[in-house]
Amino acid sequence: MPAVEETLDTVRDATQGAYKWGFETDIEMEFAPKGLNEDIVRFISAKKNEPSWLLDWRLRAFEAWKGMEEPRWPAVTYPPIDYQDAYYYAAPKEKVGPKSLDEVDPELLKTYAKLGIPLKEQAILAGVEGAGESPSDGRLPIAIDAVFDSVSVATTYKGRLEKEGIIFCSISEAVQNHPDLVRKYLGTVVPHTDNFFAALNSAVFTDGSFVYIPKGVRCPMELSTYFRINAKSTGQFERTLIIADEGSTVSYLEGCTAPQRDENQLHAAVVELVAMDDASIKYSTVQNWYPGDENGKGGIYNFVTKRAACRGRRSKVSWTQVETGSAITWKYPSCILQGEESVGEFYSVAITNNHQQADTGTKMIHLGKNTRSTIVSKGISAGKGQNTYRGLVRISPKAANARNFTQCDSLLIGDLCGAHTVPYIENRCMTAKTEHEATTSRIAEDQLFYCRQRGLSQEDAVGLIVNGFCREVLKELPMEFAVEAQKLLQISLEGSVG
Amino acid sequence: MNSVSPTSNAAAFLHRYAGLAGRLPGADIPALRALRDAAAETLTAAGLPSRRLEAWRYTDLAPMLRGEFREALTPVDEAVALPPARADRRAVFVDGRFRADLSSLDGLVAGSLAEVIETVAPRLNTVASASQPMVTLNTLLFEDGLVLEVPAGTDAGRVELLSLVSGETAATVHPRHLIRLARGARLVLLETALSPAGSAHLHNPVFEIEVAEDAVLTHVRVQREAESAYHLAHLGVRVAEGGTYDGFVLNAGGKISRSETHLALLGPRAAAHLNGAQLVANGQLADTTTALDHAAPNCASRQTVKTVLSGRSRGVFQGKILVRREAQKTDGYQMNQALLLSEEAEIDSKPQLEIYADDVKCSHGATAGALDEDSLFYLRSRGIPAGPARAMLVRAFLQEAVEVVADEAAREALDEAVAGWWAQHGEAA
Repeated sequence: MPAVEETLDTVRDATQGAYKWGFETDIEMEFAPKGLNEDIVRFISAKKNEPSWLLDWRLRAFEAWKGMEEPRWPAVTYPPIDYQDAYYYAAPKEKVGPKSLDEVDPELLKTYAKLGIPLKEQAILAGVEGAGESPSDGRLPIAIDAVFDSVSVATTYKGRLEKEGIIFCSISEAVQNHPDLVRKYLGTVVPHTDNFFAALNSAVFTDGSFVYIPKGVRCPMELSTYFRINAKSTGQFERTLIIADEGSTVSYLEGCTAPQRDENQLHAAVVELVAMDDASIKYSTVQNWYPGDENGKGGIYNFVTKRAACRGRRSKVSWTQVETGSAITWKYPSCILQGEESVGEFYSVAITNNHQQADTGTKMIHLGKNTRSTIVSKGISAGKGQNTYRGLVRISPKAANARNFTQCDSLLIGDLCGAHTVPYIENRCMTAKTEHEATTSRIAEDQLFYCRQRGLSQEDAVGLIVNGFCREVLKELPMEFAVEAQKLLQISLEGSVG
Repeated sequence: MNSVSPTSNAAAFLHRYAGLAGRLPGADIPALRALRDAAAETLTAAGLPSRRLEAWRYTDLAPMLRGEFREALTPVDEAVALPPARADRRAVFVDGRFRADLSSLDGLVAGSLAEVIETVAPRLNTVASASQPMVTLNTLLFEDGLVLEVPAGTDAGRVELLSLVSGETAATVHPRHLIRLARGARLVLLETALSPAGSAHLHNPVFEIEVAEDAVLTHVRVQREAESAYHLAHLGVRVAEGGTYDGFVLNAGGKISRSETHLALLGPRAAAHLNGAQLVANGQLADTTTALDHAAPNCASRQTVKTVLSGRSRGVFQGKILVRREAQKTDGYQMNQALLLSEEAEIDSKPQLEIYADDVKCSHGATAGALDEDSLFYLRSRGIPAGPARAMLVRAFLQEAVEVVADEAAREALDEAVAGWWAQHGEAA
């Protein structure tokens, strides 16, 4: 579809309002008491019927967390968080026993349908109106793990995936059914003492997705998790672990939304990726948590630790993120390039409008020979948004012939916003080569004039130019997500021009 | 108030201040005394910076803090061998003290800071910020410095500032230089800092520079002190409407050397060039840190910093460009490049943009890598031996930074420093 047509569609869709995912589902929930202490950690662990090693691990993380301080270095400001004033466990009440899709509470199914994520098999992620109603047009459907507040409520296409030996389930199920795999990899990429929010997550994580792709398997469909915060005063702490064994390939998508509320809610997730020899993981995120209203009231605090270990030779991890939501975003999806000739990629679009703040970027740690990394970051600030790219490229002395290319571009819309770039480049290897480039500018008058002259409204013109600005990143997304992401960009910028 | 905390890593300096306070220039000026006492308090409480401070994360002063420094005991009239002059007028400082007998400042409004301390005391720490650690240290102990004023509309031509540290003792010298250009004035200030090989002194100069409307200051610093010395310089610069500060810093000496510039463009159409080169050999660390504050519209800034590293050495570049909300139509460009000639060299680079205005054009770039094999092959295939071919490529790499210096004598001084460094370290590289 030509870009202009796409943008026009986007604008039509966008006219229905700012945050259309802001509804709340009225469903019977089960909560743990408010507050955070050892008992809550034990409660969560018991609720999930966890083995003792995992409880011990949680308790160690909790001990470590108590002695840690919240990071103050990001360029974001927010009032102090009262960690005792939140629920650390909230789950829809459900029947005991194995859940099949038929048993899932219809309210929940409705919620996901409303979000455009039908939890029916052979359904397709509703990206473009009328496109691919059924999988018969040759494209494969997407397997979805739906996480509602603290727990995974359904996972689709499990049977189909099991035939290939692929494990795709909630991490709670994985702890029960594949404890050895979980124990072997959990916390090996992001240790339980890694940072304040990772330690908190390790202590109280309630669910998340688990993926294991066996040797030589190319995952036949996109895997996806859809995170939804629904309950009031809850924090969401999910933990995702993806392991791609030798020679395997997987593409994983993550989406998130939350109801519109005046209070801030905390989301502190941890994502760990492990890629063995010749394995490849593509991890795409469209983050659309509730960003708060135009006066900066409410919204999600998105404090996330994402890291990939490229352990094997020629392994590859590619992060793509479109960050349009959240009141505050603090996240640095990183790659530890251990294996020789391993490849790390980071493609990011971060948009801040109204009072949103984003401090995001990546870390590329080059340890192995001939490792390569590419960073493309596009930041867009509008309204009173503050957008920071913060990144680290570190080349160790042993990473002979390592190569890094970094490109960070910022676009400013309006004179009350800010765009900041804070790269750290540490090179300790003579034969390595690093290149970093950053630009900041606003939408050029001549580009706008050109579009206006051809009959586009100011808003359409800005949308078109912004989409062009982000194209390098958006083209990395799987098709369905790319369309959704374009719409989101447009909606996020609403009211910032004209 | 002057009690010295034994735990402060600045204890040696604080002790020295406690003993010297009554004899330092301006000791009888209450405001200045208060300034120095405040510096002592800050140092007692915070100490000298450690790597925990974001601005010092790559430069560790620990080796220096372990060193033992003594007072500079050079007799004020001792004969000193001076390098050939690069300008007709020259201000000579030996161990941080002005030497009228060796200087010639004919026709200039210039002289020793100690002599005019009463007049200039109110200007101290107005351009350089007392909150900066190296300014704090200097405030505590400065004894002298150059005061130079260029009256409105005059072109003062080229003036040389020569800083010699005599070496023998591990002295600490903290000169404070105040340079002021009035409206439409022009000056080329060419500074050379030298010390005999093996000297383990600390040279901690602080510059407070004011460039008024439409004035142009070319300031070239060539730091070639002993490779065992510590050189921690701080430059505070304010540029008014239409003024230009054209700066170049070459860091070649020092076990640890840091040149930190904080420059503010305060009026429309002001301009700044913060160029530099660092030549770092085995056992050395060189750090160029700059903070450029665009506080007015229509200003332009340009920065190119090149670092060449050989042996087990470390180069640091930290360059921040702040564009304030009112600084619309800012045009900022920054480039830093590093050439690694050895397996053991390390370059840490942190270019930083902080932008609050929307109608701006700002960009920065950073690269690091080894000598280009293809270029080397090209030269070798044309009969140029490996050594000279490498030398040629290194000089070409540095040329891009040096060639922007318009003043011929200054460029000559830079070329000489580069050639001298290569002669000494090129073989090992």
